[in-house]
Amino acid sequence: MKNMYDCIVVGGGHAGCEAAHIAAQMGKKTLLVTGNIKNIADMPCNPSIGGTAKGIIVREVDALGGLMGKIADISHLQIKMLNNSKGPAVRSLRAQADKITYPENMRKALQNTLNLTIKEAMIEDLVVENQTVKGVVTAEGEKILSQTVILTTGTYLKGNILIGSENTPGGPHGEARSNHLSDKLKEYGLKIMRLKTGTPQRIKKDSIDFSVLHEEKGDNKLWKFSFDTEYAYKIEDQQSCYLVYTNAKTHQIIRDNLKKSAMYGGYATGIGPRYCPSIEDKIVRFADKERHQLFLEPESIYYDDWYLQGFSTSMPRDVQELMVHSLKGLEHAEITKYAYAIEYDAIDPLQVMPSLENKVLTNLFTAGQINGTSGYEEAAGQGIMAGINAVLKINGQKPLVLKRSDAYIGVLIDDLVTKGTAEPYRMLTSRAEFRLLLRSDNADLRLREYAHQVGSITEEQYQNYLTKKSQIEKTITYLKTNHLKMTSAVKEIFTQNNWEIPKSSLTFYELLKRPNITLASLEQFLTLDLPEEIKEQVEIEIKYEGYIQKAFKEVDKLLRLEAKEIPEDIDYAKVQNLASEARQKLAKIRPKTIAQATRISGVNPVDISVLSVYLKKEYNHD
Amino acid sequence: MNDTICAIATNPNMGAIAIIRVSGTEAIEIVNQMFKESDLTKAASHTIWYGHLVDQDEILDEVLVMLMRAPRTYTKEDVVEINCHGGVNTTARILSALLSHGIRLAEPGEFTKRAFLNGRISLLEAESVNDLIKAKNDAARIMALNNIGGKLTSQIRDIREKMGKVLANIEVNIDYPEYEDEVQVTRNLMQEYLSEFIEKLHQLVANSQNGKIINNGLNVAIIGRPNVGKSSILNFLLDEDKAIVTDIPGTTRDIVEGSINLNGLLLNFIDTAGLRQTEDTVEKIGVLKSQQMADQADLIIYVINGSEQITPQELDHLASLKNKEIIVFVNKNDLPLQADLTLLKDYDYVEGNTKDNDGLEALKKAIITKYNLPKIINKEMSYLSNVRQIHLIEEAEKALLNAQESFNQGMEVDIIEIDLKKTWDLLGQLIGDAYNEELVDNIFRNFCLGK
Repeated sequence: MKNMYDCIVVGGGHAGCEAAHIAAQMGKKTLLVTGNIKNIADMPCNPSIGGTAKGIIVREVDALGGLMGKIADISHLQIKMLNNSKGPAVRSLRAQADKITYPENMRKALQNTLNLTIKEAMIEDLVVENQTVKGVVTAEGEKILSQTVILTTGTYLKGNILIGSENTPGGPHGEARSNHLSDKLKEYGLKIMRLKTGTPQRIKKDSIDFSVLHEEKGDNKLWKFSFDTEYAYKIEDQQSCYLVYTNAKTHQIIRDNLKKSAMYGGYATGIGPRYCPSIEDKIVRFADKERHQLFLEPESIYYDDWYLQGFSTSMPRDVQELMVHSLKGLEHAEITKYAYAIEYDAIDPLQVMPSLENKVLTNLFTAGQINGTSGYEEAAGQGIMAGINAVLKINGQKPLVLKRSDAYIGVLIDDLVTKGTAEPYRMLTSRAEFRLLLRSDNADLRLREYAHQVGSITEEQYQNYLTKKSQIEKTITYLKTNHLKMTSAVKEIFTQNNWEIPKSSLTFYELLKRPNITLASLEQFLTLDLPEEIKEQVEIEIKYEGYIQKAFKEVDKLLRLEAKEIPEDIDYAKVQNLASEARQKLAKIRPKTIAQATRISGVNPVDISVLSVYLKKEYNHD
Repeated sequence: MNDTICAIATNPNMGAIAIIRVSGTEAIEIVNQMFKESDLTKAASHTIWYGHLVDQDEILDEVLVMLMRAPRTYTKEDVVEINCHGGVNTTARILSALLSHGIRLAEPGEFTKRAFLNGRISLLEAESVNDLIKAKNDAARIMALNNIGGKLTSQIRDIREKMGKVLANIEVNIDYPEYEDEVQVTRNLMQEYLSEFIEKLHQLVANSQNGKIINNGLNVAIIGRPNVGKSSILNFLLDEDKAIVTDIPGTTRDIVEGSINLNGLLLNFIDTAGLRQTEDTVEKIGVLKSQQMADQADLIIYVINGSEQITPQELDHLASLKNKEIIVFVNKNDLPLQADLTLLKDYDYVEGNTKDNDGLEALKKAIITKYNLPKIINKEMSYLSNVRQIHLIEEAEKALLNAQESFNQGMEVDIIEIDLKKTWDLLGQLIGDAYNEELVDNIFRNFCLGK
């Protein structure tokens, strides 16, 4: 039978949008099936795109040809560069996205994508033959066939909304959920786990006393995520956010009512994220802290809800009223939407390959919350990789697997498929060991070559990248070969700036390496008619050259370990001296390389030594 | 999971009693098959049993069997130690009987390796076991013993833990930049942490020099013009000392003629053969020769003739050696003093003469004082001492100094953290908490059998 589609993407969230878009962009006949077209690219939780590490993922998605950055650039109310003073590696953009315009712009972009069809339906089963997926089955029993299926089901697999002891089946806006798909997946041999996440209250704008709150403005400088677009906003048009603090009264209310929360009252079974804890979790775990910081963020300019970041809870409504009203500035606040927790089914990512194809079901790919992650950006990052790899699979090509030294997306997927996760996984800067290489500013330089090879970017995007690259190289060469003459006028400027006057005339390159001297400050001595991003790149590459070299050396070390492959047929029962936990984990995960084995939790350095010695002995491994 | 291994744990050539150690899941069962009087499989842990070992109806020996059940044993496995009569024949016979019952002969160091792999001891402690076995003198022995106790490990682990907390704090600041309530690792705070870590690591590095000295001793060169009495001083030091150690296998370099044990410290005299040969042939001893000797030495005994003027060449030579430890011996004080001793005011010097053996005890005392022996060699001493350890601690200190350098250049916290993290990682490798490719393999290869 002839396939109707090359690729079917189930779910229109942030993973699904990227997966469907890239598959179609790469020329495959693609179907995006969603329960509700209106909910495409919905932002049921925080009204922001980016954040520490996450902002870098957005740029990586953009470099690979994705949409998230471009859509965020034309849909935000405020944008900031976080960690600007803490070093080039940890800078990351965060935009307050408008919850009306972001989904709207995304939907339009998808509707304008060639080869892509969007369909409203609930998927309740897969077409499976011999552990190979051949299509999907809708709630109405319609079979739609395809060569590959990408599941990006978000919180919709048996989703349950929890508010106090109330438990309502459904999605974030009370929509229908998929009741059977996760059971079916289980029947096909997938391990299903139950996860939990939560979202805080929305507050009516008019009822907030902003005059007593601390204002947080957007940056006084233009920023954008995408490498391909122009700035689409004015600095002065940005909306502000506000800081709010909990107090002793808030904490008392929470402690008094702890038993009523879904989590502490025992009404929830899912495991929640440590990195985005509910307010009751924070009060219990950090009992000695006198206050916790909260943020009030506008959701949209088209309606009046404000998002109370940091106050997520599963307390009943009456307690939430007390809690919110205890906050300074929110004494008379009107809650337009109560905080809730949501539980949903996810698969065990240890059953997923680094390409995001399933180990148990061939031609099935998964991305986003179904793989155990949390966050729009994490979802988008996996979505685009699942889309690219589904296409490569159809073409009979090798999958694109980004290394930990290539991208945060590489770190994310490697962590998931190597370590698994017991709670919704959130990307953190600290998860990346080569973050000096994985910067926000160089995502295109890191990834556009790969994107070009697999065909996920246009020729124009590729040419622009090549131009940028050569401009950077030329500029560095120029700075290396041109000297600054130390005339008395120049010396005078040096003295004024408190810079050490060099004994002989130095090149601009050498000067730029000195503390306190920036490229901008050298521009009084030379003319650089270049775009900002080129200058930024040149400055970082010169100023941090030594550190970057060091990082590359570490990468080499890792690559050597990555090159040490573990034979597929290894019998861990025969490896003497392995600790029993390590033996179990290794047998379960079956890492492909020694490097991957080192990253499995519960596999200690000693176990790796034992394993290396064994491989040397048994397989003449070096 | 682990097969069962055995080895003779005592010196097989002598001793009235020998101990054969058996470790592994089948240790108790197999020894029990050979043990006639009682059923060891039912015996309580940590008990001693008297009886006879029998193999194919032949009584092998009258033995005491010590039975220790996992996990409170040396290897954390079931261990049986057979105390039998000493001598090559008995032990070899029992060993071959054990082997014929399916027990494997242990590889060198395998018992300790298992103790390490089974998580009973840290890498440092494991290495110390080897140091203990190889200890050349009492000081080295005490040091190794202290290190087995894990004192050094816990010291390094403490520093590393604190460093880990600072790293975690930095990471929190980076991942949650807008949470002002968290402690911010400011430049001031960073400077404080860096100073503290540098001081602690520096102490460890400095102490490791003591460790090296205790394990390997000092290389001593006796240098001076011809006919100032160098060989007489050497002869005195070598002959007078009752604890002469010669030809230490494996460690003695060709150039070392003799070693003495001075209050627990090994002094290795270098190139003494050359010294004797060239003593009378004036033209042969060039600056080059003494330079070679000085290069190899930790300590130089520089001999001058006190009955003559100190020559400008001698002063130049001394000055050129200023990065070495030097003690000047002003010889021939039985003759009228001609040398201007104020020229030696920057050096430790001792007066005496080899004719009456005057001042030679004082010379020994000067060495003891110089190395602060009573302080570095004591019951509590615990120093990093082998090449691997010293290399790692020095690398760790270097990385930390790089972090300080980045800090001084005004680099951002994220950049400073790179080297701080490296330091943390190196300390982890030092105590075996972090993976290093070749590490474990190499370490245990050097072990002697039976431990």
